[in-house]
Amino acid sequence: MADLNLTDIAKAYGDVEVLRDIDLKIEQGELIVFVGPSGCGKSTLLRMIAGLERITGGDLEIDGVRVNDIPPSERGIAMVFQSYALYPHMTVRDNMAFALKIAKMSQSEIDERVDRAAKILQLHNLLDRLPKALSGGQRQRVAIGRAIVRDPKVYLFDEPLSNLDAALRVATRIEIAQLKEAMPESTMIYVTHDQVEAMTLASRIVVLAGGGIAQVGTPLELYERPENEFVAQFIGSPAMNLLPGRITGTGETTTVALDGGGTAVSTIPSQPGDKNKAVNVGVRPEDFVEAQGEFIYKGKVEITEALGEVTLLYFAPEGERDPVIAKLPGVHADVKRREVALTADPSKVHLFHNTQSLLYRDQPIKKIAVGTH
Amino acid sequence: MHPALLGLVTIVLGVGGCLAYFYFSNVVLDRFIFPAKGENAGRNINRANMVRPWLFLFPAIAALGLYLGYPVVETLRLSLTDRFAGGAFVGLDNYWQMFGEPKFREAMRNNMLWLIVVPAASTAFGLLAAQLTDRIAWGNIAKSLIFMPMAISFVGASVIFKLIYDARPAESAQIGVLNAVWMQFEGGFGSLLLLKILPAIIVLGFAGIVAYTGWIFIRPLVKGSRTGGALVVVGRVFVALVAAWLVWEAVTTIATVLTTELDYGEPQQWLTLTFYNNFFLMVVLIWIQTGFAMVILSAALRGIPEETIEAAIVDGASPFEIFFQIKVPQIMPTIVVVWTTITLVVLKVFDIVYAMTNGQWETQVLANYMFDKLFRANDWGVGSASAIIIMLLVSPILVWNVYTARKEMR
Repeated sequence: MADLNLTDIAKAYGDVEVLRDIDLKIEQGELIVFVGPSGCGKSTLLRMIAGLERITGGDLEIDGVRVNDIPPSERGIAMVFQSYALYPHMTVRDNMAFALKIAKMSQSEIDERVDRAAKILQLHNLLDRLPKALSGGQRQRVAIGRAIVRDPKVYLFDEPLSNLDAALRVATRIEIAQLKEAMPESTMIYVTHDQVEAMTLASRIVVLAGGGIAQVGTPLELYERPENEFVAQFIGSPAMNLLPGRITGTGETTTVALDGGGTAVSTIPSQPGDKNKAVNVGVRPEDFVEAQGEFIYKGKVEITEALGEVTLLYFAPEGERDPVIAKLPGVHADVKRREVALTADPSKVHLFHNTQSLLYRDQPIKKIAVGTH
Repeated sequence: MHPALLGLVTIVLGVGGCLAYFYFSNVVLDRFIFPAKGENAGRNINRANMVRPWLFLFPAIAALGLYLGYPVVETLRLSLTDRFAGGAFVGLDNYWQMFGEPKFREAMRNNMLWLIVVPAASTAFGLLAAQLTDRIAWGNIAKSLIFMPMAISFVGASVIFKLIYDARPAESAQIGVLNAVWMQFEGGFGSLLLLKILPAIIVLGFAGIVAYTGWIFIRPLVKGSRTGGALVVVGRVFVALVAAWLVWEAVTTIATVLTTELDYGEPQQWLTLTFYNNFFLMVVLIWIQTGFAMVILSAALRGIPEETIEAAIVDGASPFEIFFQIKVPQIMPTIVVVWTTITLVVLKVFDIVYAMTNGQWETQVLANYMFDKLFRANDWGVGSASAIIIMLLVSPILVWNVYTARKEMR
């Protein structure tokens, strides 16, 4: 039950820098999700908070105490590993009691805590089983139980659902959400590469990319107001379309003439000096609607995927760019190989200059290596 | 013919013979006995495939039957006959005679001593070496050095250690390393520290560990918490009693160590010091087997999931607790296999004793006793009886070893 303060955290293996300039304040009771493409350092950052990796730069404070050089067990953290990391030779009870025994707690206290955790996680029937006699979901619960009995200040989850099958993953995700409900004052940090997990669980999401933080915000903030092209394309599926163009009209709303011939209007304001600036217009596939008159994009549909409630239209790619994708409600069986014009509501049109959103033009620019995931 | 040429011809003939056997026997089976054509083609193919495994097994079964199966039966028969009565059947007389011989009882006692000390020490040192060499940069070099004795024959190793234990008159230079070191002790403070206090501390530590182990076993009974059935209780009490006995032995040993007058400045004939010379012989086998234990246990240690160790670190376990409570229990099946495998080697130990003391000065072991009776005294009756005893001792461990090894592989 504590707040965390990360200041200028950096990690380097020899000359290879994997994380730098990580500044983050985590309040008590938050469920923070670290999300990012593989290799972005999100697990490394979690392991640094846990104390399993040495912090090579900056300060990590838990509850106002600098813990850089404090061993994991004294940081007041508990970690749930990707592979659960249950001790295979111990029963469920002993697995949960191990940390307490190491801490020389009295037997009655140990029993009480284990029973309490077992009750929360519905494990009381399994206490005398060995891990090999448990299903994947049960193992996952034991791993969480092992964290709960320690009553830590901060819970750390390292991709805890990635070893479960799809159905179980959804169920366990909901269980974790309920667990958080039940312990509203506990702080949790959760690493995942799955944006659905991130969007559904997080009170705030930290998007990591290229060794730094791309954006921190609530799930809807990231979805509605991405700071840069990376976050815009990382959050949401299929990824946001980016179309190059030039600003032609400035003011309360901005008008962009697109290289493809279309015109986009955005509610993002611009200044007179922005005229002729090269920008990327970002429109989410689900924000596209079929255009009657003026259009943002027009192209030939190459592939359609009918999912029933929506239809995905994949347009023919132009040059090096990724093909434009539109997600239209309902069934559109007849559009294949036809020319379709699309437009979007001005409030749903994003503008990026130099990969940074014009919405956040006053903020210092974060340098991130942008790539599509 | 030149011996090398002869060897080459033998190899070519042997390998060629094997290939020829497998090829032609299969040809005979498929072409003539069960040909895969005609109206019974399908049935013939099935039958040929049922016979085929036996074709491949036949050479091994025949050779093993001839050189292993038959000798066992013959040894059993011989152990029940008397050479001096012209091979007459005498029942178990040979066994009774053997059990009455002090030299046999000495061999049994020594074998038990070997059985306890060598597997325990080899496995312990092997585990220690595996753990210590795992995380250091030059670990692989260290491992190669520790493993190297495995490549030396038992007799070769015995010769090396005979040199280590060699003694020369006090005036001349000692070529035996042990005596060279021994001659450095003159009875001063250093000698007191190294030869009295240090061993006493080591034995005391051993007693402490044993006492603690005993306490772990007896604790649930004393505290009255979760206990198993009657058999478990008996087992726990038994272990605790053994522990108590070992502690008593350790305490008396400490008293002996502290009070014994040592012959400072006098080169020692190490291999003639009764009782202790057994341990000087065991060192040779421990030296050889540690490498084996280390290699197997090192692989097992690497197989432990890294995340369970990290979980233990987060749980606050110290390196010692991680080693004994997380790592060792996870590789326990491998430790058991290593232990029993070394036990088998120990039960059959012959070369080392034969080459170093030939069973003199109370170092006799069963295999050397058998050799003595069979080939020197030419008493095939008693010799065969001792061979059967060795086999009876080895078999259960062998069966169990194969059983656990198979369970491991599953």
